[in-house]
Amino acid sequence: MSIFPGKQQTQSKHKGRPKIFRSFLLHFRPATVSERTLRLTLTWGLGGTALVLVFILFGTGLMLKFAYEASPERAYNSIVYLNQQVPFGRLVRNMHRWSANGLLLVVFLHFLRIFYTRAFTVPRQFNWVIGLGLFGLVIVSNFTGYLLPWDQIAFWAITISTSMLEYIPVVGIGVKQWILGGEEPGTRTLMNFYAIHTAVLPLLLLFMVPFHLWRIRLAKGLVIPRAPDESLPLEDSMLPAVPHLVVRDVSLTLLVFAVVLLCAMFFDAPLASQANPGLSPNPTKAPWYFMGIQELLMHFHPVFVLLVLPALLTIGLLLIPYLKEDADTTGIWFGSFNGRKITLISVVFGVLLTLGAVLLDEHVFNTGQTGPSSLVLNGLAPFSILVIMAGLFLMAIKKVFSANRNELMQSLFTLLIAAFVVLTLVGIWFRGPGMKLMWMAG
Amino acid sequence: MMEKQTRRSFLNKLWLLLGTLTFAEIFAVVLGFFRPQKPQTDEQDSNTLVIAGRVEQFDPGTVTAFVSGKFYLARLEDGGFLAMSRRCTHLSCTVPWVSSENKFICPCHSSEFDIRGNVSQAPAPRALDLYPIDIRNNIVQVDTARPKKRSVFSSEQVTYPKQA
Repeated sequence: MSIFPGKQQTQSKHKGRPKIFRSFLLHFRPATVSERTLRLTLTWGLGGTALVLVFILFGTGLMLKFAYEASPERAYNSIVYLNQQVPFGRLVRNMHRWSANGLLLVVFLHFLRIFYTRAFTVPRQFNWVIGLGLFGLVIVSNFTGYLLPWDQIAFWAITISTSMLEYIPVVGIGVKQWILGGEEPGTRTLMNFYAIHTAVLPLLLLFMVPFHLWRIRLAKGLVIPRAPDESLPLEDSMLPAVPHLVVRDVSLTLLVFAVVLLCAMFFDAPLASQANPGLSPNPTKAPWYFMGIQELLMHFHPVFVLLVLPALLTIGLLLIPYLKEDADTTGIWFGSFNGRKITLISVVFGVLLTLGAVLLDEHVFNTGQTGPSSLVLNGLAPFSILVIMAGLFLMAIKKVFSANRNELMQSLFTLLIAAFVVLTLVGIWFRGPGMKLMWMAG
Repeated sequence: MMEKQTRRSFLNKLWLLLGTLTFAEIFAVVLGFFRPQKPQTDEQDSNTLVIAGRVEQFDPGTVTAFVSGKFYLARLEDGGFLAMSRRCTHLSCTVPWVSSENKFICPCHSSEFDIRGNVSQAPAPRALDLYPIDIRNNIVQVDTARPKKRSVFSSEQVTYPKQA
């Protein structure tokens, strides 16, 4: 039978697993693995968790595809039907939603882990770039999936998120109309988003995820973790992947699956009333992962928030692994004892600076009250002030801690991450009706 | 230095050319397929002229919402008319008219506009878009085909009914 060619060869002399199965697995998992990289304190299982979530998303997504109707007239009702009539329909939808949200969070943490253990140096430089690409795919997946239920939350979140594009000079309006297939979200938009969400992105992920994993094998596994005061070469031993690695894979998979199931059982994915283009809910918020951007929009000119800052950040992130490094601290959390102190101080400074800036703008400058936003008053001026403050902070760090280039770059990255997290949380929790600042808006 | 042209090298070049052509064709087809098109002209498009009503129906200093036409008809204190899009110029939310405060307040990012559509509170960058108004035989008609962008209110944007 040609289905199982060369039957004699596939059966090894040992009992148990067929050889072909084992050698297939070895494409993804090495035969032996460094004892140190198995430690939980290196990876926290984040990359593996992301992979498991992607599997869950593929599975539940395929199931949902059988229940969902992609048209503005029918989409909402098909979700209601799924929730109320289809056996386990609600559970499957909940699993899909929470895995998607979880994936965003886990991928973000994974990105922080890679950064703070400097797991992006040679030969992993390009895998950092692939990883950023995957991060982008995950965000777009979440965003396109957000519209599909066609409820009030979805409709308005997509309306304001896509309208942000209008502020990008020259091409913005065209791009927005191209994505929406018109002036405002409608049938075309839903069709576009559906096709992208259920065909284009899964296909891209199907190629990019194995590529990302294969590059890890190419780099001979994960970075070897070490303490700041451990010098090279390290004491390390190679262990067979079966059972040492595989047992961890399996238990992580089961754990993630259990957590997703529990979340899906106890928390329902939100579904507001059917989309009504004539009524914006108050407050209308972007999807939670864009709340940082929405919060920035309250303070800065849109061209700054949507063009200048993203462009600078993207270039900066892509360049990180290619910057000149002062010391090889790959595998050391935060690079050194010095780096740990600096990072902690940077977090505190970043949080305070961001909170201070938000409150100051809201209550003292009140740029919102001064009329239409201007590029200088709402863009260049506050941006320059923030850049100067960050610059002064970095100079102080350099003086006090005699920080090297790696540590300064790490400090700047930390400032930005802290600011981003604070802005996102302020947007999610502290913006109430009329987008006014308030205590725990929910 | 010219290399000698053999049949093999010629055929190789031909293959290369054909391959490039094939890719160019595929590229052109994909590009054309996804090129943004003008929306199909259907009933909605030919029905862009909305008859709002008789002039006296609208008191000075009031704003009337037209849900199907997606616009507001404002009658200013001096009796002039303005037809304004309900889309916030900031991020396209639908702006409700809050009559108790006498202004449009956007629920999304708290932009505010006065009765003439002027921004009274950012982040909205410009005044509400306008639709052209035509008043004939004391009947107000609004052409909703294409909103007109403006940065601020100016008096020539107002349409006045002809004094009978």
